[in-house]
Amino acid sequence: MLHLVLFLVFGAICVAGAINLLAQTHPISSALSLVVVMASLAVEYLLLGAEFVAVVQVIVYAGAVMVLFVFVIMLLNAGEEERTKGSRVAMILGVPGVLAGGLLVAWVLLKRSETGSVTLGSLPGYPKTIGNLLFHDFLLPFEVTSILVLIAIMGAVVLASRPEAQIPPPGKES
Amino acid sequence: MTPSLHLWLIPVLPLVGAAINGFFGRRLTRQAVGAVALTFCGAAFAMVLYVAVRFASLGLPHTEFLAHWIRSGDFFVNFEFYLDQLTLVMLLVVTGVGFLIHIYSVGYMSEEGGFYRFFSYLNLFMFFMLTLVLAGNYLQMFIGWEGVGLASYLLIGFWFTKDSAASAGKKAFIVNRIGDFGFLIALFLMIKHFGSLDFGQVFAAASHLSVETVGFGLLTSIGLLLMVGAAGKSAQVPLYVWLPDAMEGPTPVSALIHAATMVTAGVYMVARSHVIFDHAPNALTVVAIVGTLTALFAATIGVAQTDIKKVLAYSTISQLGYMFMACGVAAYSAGIFHLMTHAFFKGLLFLAAGSVIHAVGGEQDMRKMGGLRQFVPVTYLTMGIATLAIAGIPPFAGFFSKDEILFRAYQANPVYWVIGLFTAFLTSFYMFRLLFMTFYGDYRGAADGHDDPHGHANHGHGSPHESPTIMLVPLMILALLSLGGGWIGIGGRFERFLGPVFASGDLSERAAEASHVLEHSLMAMSVATAGLGWYVAWLLYVKRPLLPQRIADSLGGFYEAVVHKYYIDELYATLFVKPLVEGSTSILWHGVDQGVIDAAVNDTAHGATHVSEAARHMQSGNLRSYAGWIAAGGAAVIAYMIWMGVR
Amino acid sequence: MVPVSYYLILSGVLFACGVIGFLIKRNIITIFMSIELMLNGVNLAFVAFAAQWQHLSGQVFVFFVMVVAAAETAVGLAIIIAVYRTRETLNVDQVNLLKL
Repeated sequence: MLHLVLFLVFGAICVAGAINLLAQTHPISSALSLVVVMASLAVEYLLLGAEFVAVVQVIVYAGAVMVLFVFVIMLLNAGEEERTKGSRVAMILGVPGVLAGGLLVAWVLLKRSETGSVTLGSLPGYPKTIGNLLFHDFLLPFEVTSILVLIAIMGAVVLASRPEAQIPPPGKES
Repeated sequence: MTPSLHLWLIPVLPLVGAAINGFFGRRLTRQAVGAVALTFCGAAFAMVLYVAVRFASLGLPHTEFLAHWIRSGDFFVNFEFYLDQLTLVMLLVVTGVGFLIHIYSVGYMSEEGGFYRFFSYLNLFMFFMLTLVLAGNYLQMFIGWEGVGLASYLLIGFWFTKDSAASAGKKAFIVNRIGDFGFLIALFLMIKHFGSLDFGQVFAAASHLSVETVGFGLLTSIGLLLMVGAAGKSAQVPLYVWLPDAMEGPTPVSALIHAATMVTAGVYMVARSHVIFDHAPNALTVVAIVGTLTALFAATIGVAQTDIKKVLAYSTISQLGYMFMACGVAAYSAGIFHLMTHAFFKGLLFLAAGSVIHAVGGEQDMRKMGGLRQFVPVTYLTMGIATLAIAGIPPFAGFFSKDEILFRAYQANPVYWVIGLFTAFLTSFYMFRLLFMTFYGDYRGAADGHDDPHGHANHGHGSPHESPTIMLVPLMILALLSLGGGWIGIGGRFERFLGPVFASGDLSERAAEASHVLEHSLMAMSVATAGLGWYVAWLLYVKRPLLPQRIADSLGGFYEAVVHKYYIDELYATLFVKPLVEGSTSILWHGVDQGVIDAAVNDTAHGATHVSEAARHMQSGNLRSYAGWIAAGGAAVIAYMIWMGVR
Repeated sequence: MVPVSYYLILSGVLFACGVIGFLIKRNIITIFMSIELMLNGVNLAFVAFAAQWQHLSGQVFVFFVMVVAAAETAVGLAIIIAVYRTRETLNVDQVNLLKL
């Protein structure tokens, strides 16, 4: 019972944050809404018993990635969004498509699936167990992702560095 | 089993000559080209003589198998050669007269451009004609048939830069083709009903069928269709219109193809198919009627023509009509006899006419000639002999053959004889008219070499002069043949020689029964009419040269019609040519070719362009539209997967 | 006792919001954040299934997804900075030089 109530509360916060992200015009507001979403997702993970994942979510996702986002927004001085001519395809095909796909999946899940239920905190999500798994069964992916991060760092540094000669920007479209 | 005579050499030798001249002639000297052409044609003639010498010892008919050709189920066609007395006669005529004309051409064309091309075509023609004559089945004959049509087209349009020559070549080929269509249908009927095109099998099958006296049976249809083909090739009514136009070609071509050999292919074919015709009397009657009418019709036109070669062209049509008349009354050997003598004197007439044209520097209008006998005596002499021969004056060649035909015609139906006799009068008249207009009186032409319409090199004519010896020798040889060529028919020797070929249908028995009084009186009448024609011609063109014009004026419109060949060409143009050309242009060209075929290709290309134009809009460079497409596609895939899972 | 399907529906909603945000937003950074939203929704689904089957590898996978998302964010934002320098705009509709 408690599980269900907690799930619903934090699920509502999650969805509210997601919708707020869509509704806001200034990117900074969207970024803060995303932080709210991530935080509530961390609580959801805790409800399932995945402690390690929840903590990593807060530290890495909300704490590092979102901070990076906020840094870039402020660096580029992103303002409110202007209304420009959009894409008709995105509106006519995309949004209804997504909604239709989502509704279909939801219908299948509710009506036809034979999934079971989970209890509160059922997962053994201790760091020790996850660490065991990570360094024994998933060692190769672990090492590969570390190289991936290295490449990402180098790429980011190269891409973001100021070029030698300042190329004047092309004529701005109004 | 008679050993092989290698008959295949006879057609193949001229083919080799044609190939050598055709491929390498451009680099050879004129002497070399002429030597090649003469050598291979002469070699063919020598082979024929060899065959003639060995002839008596052969079992007849002598067939030689060369190679398999078509083997389709039960239907076989081979490359094979067939030799009997009829073939031998045709071979001697074709190679002999052909060789003489080759010699003549070396002189006649000596200053023309395209020398090697001419001789290549001429040898090619010999190849096809010999294939036709030596063929052992109808399909091989058809190859030769088509091939001589092709050679005729090439040679008529030899001076292809001239519009009239090119058109004449086309006309010849197209009208021939119409006849060939009839021939082909006859072949199809033979294949269907007899299962073979081989002479032996077809004739054996035909002779087992009953004689069709009523209506249109199978054999009558085949016979009539074969006659359509023969009418096209041998210029009978109504498919004769190409022959006068064919005079656009060089004169040796007219002599060889349109007098001596190609146009006789139709007569040969009818004679060869006599078994079919004997079992189809109605078809035979049609042949006789066509021949008789053509003879008369062409002779009336020939009377009024002023171009020397046109007169000879209409004369050829008329004489071919005689040959068909002979075949039509089942007197096949008489028809072949006339074919042979006609080759001699008509070939000579054309060659001599060429000599005359050469002498006056290219002029062909007889009204501008005259009094030439002091300038070109040898030509005059030989042409005179030929004229006597064609008119049917004894003891020249034409008398024997024409008389034989008239006699048989009388026996079949006196109407044929009457028309034939009147035509003989006209023949004698217009031939002597030609002779007198050309050689007697005063010279009416321009003395200097003027603009000649036939591409003769202008070698500074002062006054008309005699042709070189190389052109005169064939004239003289042919003159001798025109003089004595008919004697072979005395006492029915020629008829007996050809007897075994026509054994089933020849009326030799009937001939023996006829009274000699009748025969002699008919003979006298035909000589008398020939003499009458001679006299009238002399009267009108030597004694009182102003008379023809007054007669022409008094006849008025009728004379105009005759001069314009009864407007038949104009009639054909309105009835057939114009609708066909317009139909082709509007329906086939604009409608089918441009509208359907071109449009299909073009529209496919345009359609591809339109489709890609439409698809191009997907590449908008806009990130969100790409995302929109991905989202929609993803939803579609999910829906499909759910649907598949649910089913 | 919460049925796993509820978790999956929540995950689906988050994902759909992410896609819709991607489609309707014009600022490139906001679009990027929608991508992060999508990834979070997927992570939730992974953990929910890991809880259902009592399998730990679901969580390990979430771990890897987060690492990749972080790397991708870094590189993507660097690219956005580079684009901003040349095009002087953050509006995705105006970066359409690849238009045919």
